[in-house]
Amino acid sequence: MKKLILGILVFAVAFSLAAPLAAQAKKPLKIAFVYIGPPGDMGWTYEHDRGRLAAVQHFGSKIETKYIENVPEGPDAERVIRQYAAAGFDMIFTTSFGYMDPTFAVAKDFPKVIFEHCSGYKTAPNMATYFGRIEEARYLTGIIAGRMTKTNKIGYAAAFPIPEVVRGINGFTLGVKSVNPKAEVRVIWTYTWYDPVKEREAAVALLDAGADIIAQHQDTTEPQKAAQERGKFSIGYDSDMGKFVGDSVLASAVWEWSTYYIDTIQKALDGSWKTHEYWGGLKDNVVRLSSLSPKVPATIVAEVEAAKKKILGGWSIFTGPIKDQSGKVVYAAGQVIPDDKQLAMDWFVEGVAGKVQ
Amino acid sequence: MDMITSILAITIRAGTSLVFATVGEIFTERAGILNLGIEGIMLMSAVTGFAASFYTQNLFIALLVAAAVGAAMAALHAFLTVTMRANQVVSGLSITLFGSGFASFLGQRLGPAANNFRLVGLKGARFMPASFEAVSDIPIVSAFLNQDLLTYLVYILIPLSWFFLYKTRPGLWLRSIGEDPQTADAMGIDVIKAKYFYTILGGVFIALGGAHLSLSYTPGWAENITGGRGWIVVALVIFSMWNPARSLWGALLFGGINAVQFRLQASGTTIPAAFLNMLPYLGTIAVLVLMTWWEALSKKVGAPAALSQAYMREDK
Repeated sequence: MKKLILGILVFAVAFSLAAPLAAQAKKPLKIAFVYIGPPGDMGWTYEHDRGRLAAVQHFGSKIETKYIENVPEGPDAERVIRQYAAAGFDMIFTTSFGYMDPTFAVAKDFPKVIFEHCSGYKTAPNMATYFGRIEEARYLTGIIAGRMTKTNKIGYAAAFPIPEVVRGINGFTLGVKSVNPKAEVRVIWTYTWYDPVKEREAAVALLDAGADIIAQHQDTTEPQKAAQERGKFSIGYDSDMGKFVGDSVLASAVWEWSTYYIDTIQKALDGSWKTHEYWGGLKDNVVRLSSLSPKVPATIVAEVEAAKKKILGGWSIFTGPIKDQSGKVVYAAGQVIPDDKQLAMDWFVEGVAGKVQ
Repeated sequence: MDMITSILAITIRAGTSLVFATVGEIFTERAGILNLGIEGIMLMSAVTGFAASFYTQNLFIALLVAAAVGAAMAALHAFLTVTMRANQVVSGLSITLFGSGFASFLGQRLGPAANNFRLVGLKGARFMPASFEAVSDIPIVSAFLNQDLLTYLVYILIPLSWFFLYKTRPGLWLRSIGEDPQTADAMGIDVIKAKYFYTILGGVFIALGGAHLSLSYTPGWAENITGGRGWIVVALVIFSMWNPARSLWGALLFGGINAVQFRLQASGTTIPAAFLNMLPYLGTIAVLVLMTWWEALSKKVGAPAALSQAYMREDK
C-alpha cells in the first residue's frame, strides 16, 4: 500500500514537472492580474480590468487571464503573487505601488516568469515597471477648475503622501495656476486608496472649509457625489466619473491601459519581451482627458484644447518657472524637472495649501 | 454653522451606523453569543437594502429587506453556534467572509441590464436629513436635530435598550443568560430560545447599521462600503463595556475622529493623522487592560462570563 501511494506521488510530481514543458508550444499564455480594489470600484481597478478585457478580446484563445481583487499591500500581496508564480502563470501584472517589494522578491525566485509592476521604480531582468503621466491629464482638468472656481478654493482629497500622488497634486495645481493665479488647492490626506465613507468625509471637510470644486486621488466616486449633493462641481480621476455621477463632474483624468497591455502581452507572446520602465503620457494614449461636462463653457474648452495640443507637441507641464510653497523659484524659466526628480517628487508647488506629511 | 457644530453634526451622522451595530452586538453578546459576522452582515444589508430602495424607491421596504437579510444571517450564526454548538469565532468569521464576498457578487448582479447588471453608480431612494429652519442657527442643538430618521431612531434606541437591559425583568434574564446560562435555565428561562432571539435581534440592528451606510450616509452601493467598520464595532462593544448607554460615547469618538482630523488638516493644523486614527483603539486597549487588572470592576461591567461558550443543558 505504501509503495502504491509512493508510486502515485512520484508519478504526480513527475507529471506536474513534465506537463508544462511538453505543452509549452500550444498552450495559451497564462496571465494573472493582482488588483488592490474590486473591478467594481469604477476607478483605478475598473480601468485596469478594462485593459485586461481589451487584451482578452484582442488575443482571444492565445491568452488566458485570471485576476484577484482586494489584495492588501504588504505580506499578503507577496503570498498571492508567489502563489500565481508557482501555479505556472507566465506573466503577472501587479497594479499597485505597494506591491513593488513583494513583486521584486517573487521575481527573484521565478526568473522564467515575467512580472510587470505598475507605478513603482524597481526592475529586474524579468520585472518591468509601467506607469503613465496622469498629471498631464490632471493639468488640463486644473485649467477647468481654475477657471470655474468662484471662491478660489479648490479641495483635493489625497490618498497617500507618495511621489505619485504629490505629482498629481502639483500637476493639477500648475494647471489651476496657469489660468487663475489667485486660486489655491487645499489638500487633505485620507491615507486610503479605497474607503467610500472616509473619502466622502474628507470631501465634506473640504467643502466646509470653503472649497467649491473637489478633486481627488482615491478610487471611489464618493468625493464627487458629496460635492454634487452640495450643488458643487468636481473633477474626476481614474475613470470617466461623469458617467457614474453626472455632469457636476466637469472632467476626469482617465487611465487607458488597453494599448499598453496589448502591446506588452504581444511582446511576451513573440518572445521579444525585455525588461523596461514604461512611462507614457497623453501622446501615448495611456492617460487621457475624458469628454467634458456640458457645464464647461466653450471658451474654457478651447483653452483646454490649446493646452492639450501643447502637451501633445512635447511640452512638459513641469517646465519652469516653478516655485515651491515658500515662493522660491526652484526651476528657472525654460528648465524642465528631470524624470528622476519627478519620480521622487516630495514637495508641493506654490498654490498648494497643505503639507506632504 | 460654526465649526464645532458642523463637526458634531457629521460625527453624529458617522456614529449612527456604529451605534446600531454596537447595540445589536451588545444584545448578542449579552446572550453569550460572540458574533464576529458584523462586517459581513453590514455589507449584505447595505447591498440588499440599496437594491430594494433602487427598485421600489421605498425606504420602508428597503429597511425591511435589509433587516430581513440581517436576521437571516444572524439566524444562521445562531443555528451554527447554539444548535450545532460550533466554535463562535469560526462561525462569525465565516459569516463575514461569506457576507463580504457575496455582497460584492450581488453588487455586480442585482443591477438593471442597462447598467450592466451592476448596482454601482445607481441612485435609489435615500434618507434626507431633516432641516428645522427654526433651530438651524442654534449651535450644538441644530447638530442633533438636523439629522435623518435613522439617527432619530438611534436617539430612541440608546435609552430604550439601556432601560430594557437594566430596568426590566426580560433584561435581567438576558444578562443572566450571558453570565450563567445553567442558573438561568434553572430559573425557568428557555436559554436556547433566548439565545436565538437575541442573536437575531442583534442581527437586525447590525443590518440597520449597514443600511444606514447605503441609504443615508454614503447613499448608493460601493463595494466594501463599510471599510472595516464592522471590526470597529467589535472594539466598540468592549469600549462601551457591554452597556448600550455607553455605546454613544464610543460611537462619537470613533465616528468623530475623521471629521475632526480632516477639519484640522483643512484648517492647516498638522497633528499627524495616524496619531488621531490610533486614539480610539488606545481607548479600547485601556478599557481591556483596566478590566483584566481590576477584577472588581470587571465583575461589575466586564464581559458576560459565559461569552462565546457553547451551552448544553446536560453540561456540568
